[in-house]
Amino acid sequence: MTADPPAASPPSSSPRPAEDPRAPRPHLSRAHLLALLEQMLRIRRFEDRCAELYSYEKIRGFLHLYDGEEAVAVGAMRALAPEDAVVATYREHGHALARGVPMTTVMAELFGKQEGCSRGRGGSMHLFDKATRFYGGNAIVGGGLPLAAGLALAHKLRGEPAVVACFFGEGASAEGAFHETLNLAALWTLPVLFVCENNRYAMGTALRYEESEQQIARKAASYNLAAVTVDGMDVVAMEAATREAATAIRRGGGPRFIEAETYRFRAHSMFDAQLYRDKEEVEAWRAKGPIRRFRSWLEQAGLLHPRDLEEIEARIAAEIEEAVRFAEAGSWEPLEDLERFVTSAPAAETAP
Amino acid sequence: MSTALETTYRECVREAIRDALQRDPRVFLMGEDVGHYGGCYAVSKGLLAEFGEERIRDTPLSENGFTGIGIGAALGGLRPIVEIMTVNFSFLALDQIINNAATLLHMSGGAFNVPLVIRMATGAGRQLAAQHSHSMEGWYAHIPGLRVLTPATLEDARGMLWTALEDPDPVLIFEHVMLYNRAGSLAADAGPVDIERAAVRREGGDVTLLTYGGALHKTLEAAEALAAEGISAEVVDLRVLRPLDEATIVASVARTRRAVVVDEGWRSGGVSAEIATRIMERAFWELDAPVERVCGAEVPIPYPAHLEQAALPQVAGIVAAARRTLGR
Repeated sequence: MTADPPAASPPSSSPRPAEDPRAPRPHLSRAHLLALLEQMLRIRRFEDRCAELYSYEKIRGFLHLYDGEEAVAVGAMRALAPEDAVVATYREHGHALARGVPMTTVMAELFGKQEGCSRGRGGSMHLFDKATRFYGGNAIVGGGLPLAAGLALAHKLRGEPAVVACFFGEGASAEGAFHETLNLAALWTLPVLFVCENNRYAMGTALRYEESEQQIARKAASYNLAAVTVDGMDVVAMEAATREAATAIRRGGGPRFIEAETYRFRAHSMFDAQLYRDKEEVEAWRAKGPIRRFRSWLEQAGLLHPRDLEEIEARIAAEIEEAVRFAEAGSWEPLEDLERFVTSAPAAETAP
Repeated sequence: MSTALETTYRECVREAIRDALQRDPRVFLMGEDVGHYGGCYAVSKGLLAEFGEERIRDTPLSENGFTGIGIGAALGGLRPIVEIMTVNFSFLALDQIINNAATLLHMSGGAFNVPLVIRMATGAGRQLAAQHSHSMEGWYAHIPGLRVLTPATLEDARGMLWTALEDPDPVLIFEHVMLYNRAGSLAADAGPVDIERAAVRREGGDVTLLTYGGALHKTLEAAEALAAEGISAEVVDLRVLRPLDEATIVASVARTRRAVVVDEGWRSGGVSAEIATRIMERAFWELDAPVERVCGAEVPIPYPAHLEQAALPQVAGIVAAARRTLGR
């Protein structure tokens, strides 16, 4: 018997937007803008802590950080409602947090504890959460696209007015699953939003070495669906583009495609020596980093005061401390449960 | 009292699909040429007119794409039947079948199950050569998280589908191409059957012949030939290749003390290897002779009829193997 797990406490900085996420355009109040900044910082600080915990071997396996790309998930999630669904990749901590998966259960998942959002079985690459309709965490490049289109087909046939947001990298656009899914989604007018996070590198292979057509939105458009390219380092632009696309999808217009131009500041994973790119290139992108740029814009516009930032940072630090405490206090799934959930039947009844 | 109807395996599969579509609005059929063409093997002929394009859904030639869409639709609350035209084409969908369908429930810690049924044609005998004729069901039976069914009789062709659709997890149904035209009588009220147990198709006391799918009928013929020689063979139809019904296999072998496994698939690492090993593990001390195997030759299935037939288990080979277990 294991002791009762500590209860997952609600995040202190709730990612739930105050305004209607279904509105066609963002309402750029000061509170809204500060919330966008807070979400991006929340992901950045969480992952900084993850990198540190990785060096202490609290987190093992692959750990892919979203550092530099936060504006994409934060902007896009603002336009999603609770009934919508999310399919993401193996670089999905940011998506999970921005979607509202509690930081406590995400951190416990990275620790491999059974209080994690996937009972500790998936780890960093496989975050799942039923309550927020978060369908992973898929570590096969392109593997999530058909699944997202299938969820959208279910919504359509069941008459549910929900959008499926499917995130993937530009590397996925070379996979057959990308082409098969875009064709089918357009052919069947499925309510799915494809968000391509073009960070310019498929692991260590630059865009110019992997794609004959380097504008991914143009590839998408060839399947007869509306595709736009957005500055993925601009959180407000991401939110506006997503709201516009999601509104069209909810009206029955079929799939939409957003190519978000972005950049990964850190290595592909913790094992990557980054031999494939120059420091100057990384520095140039850092200069237009989504948090740095948005923060100085807010400061110059007189919308962000030093006091605000202190409060935001304090809230985030407290939430991270709580998440680490929760993960540390979590328990290992008992060995007797190893074969549980191979099928839905109790393990004893399903000898292979 | 139920009357018996004359029917075919193909009609039984079609009736099973029609019945499922009528029973449950969440069910739909999706695959290449299932609608306007009527199905590559004419299984779904007439269903488009009856149920419409929403529920009899023609797909492009995108096996990985539409199989994955089936998985997503199952996650979203529907009960898809995905038809893959032939087993060799299912390799194009292996990513979705193995990395998603079989994996999601365990990897998500029980959060997301995938109530999906995938049907496909399998096996040789129609001179369709090496990219349309293989028996790969044993390969799928290797994968935890999948249930693998091989209906060999009219009752199972009619009855397995609904039970599979009620399963909360992914089920693969392999329909042997040589069975579609098979005719016989079926009770008018035939309905769902279990998808758990093997079935003893013929009782006997001297040797157990274990088989499944397209090889069942050859094995029954072999049992008949053996009877003429005074050898009483029991025939076990495995029906479900994963999870295996070990109890029925072991009980029969413990009774007859001899076993022959008949498998159209390849010998190396296949179903026959698994069955022989289970018998060794669970019934070694009951055996009076080594387990014999009659399998497909280890070649890609060739086109010309004489070579194709030479690559498949045949009645004479099954009879000879059964005799060997009796020292004859």
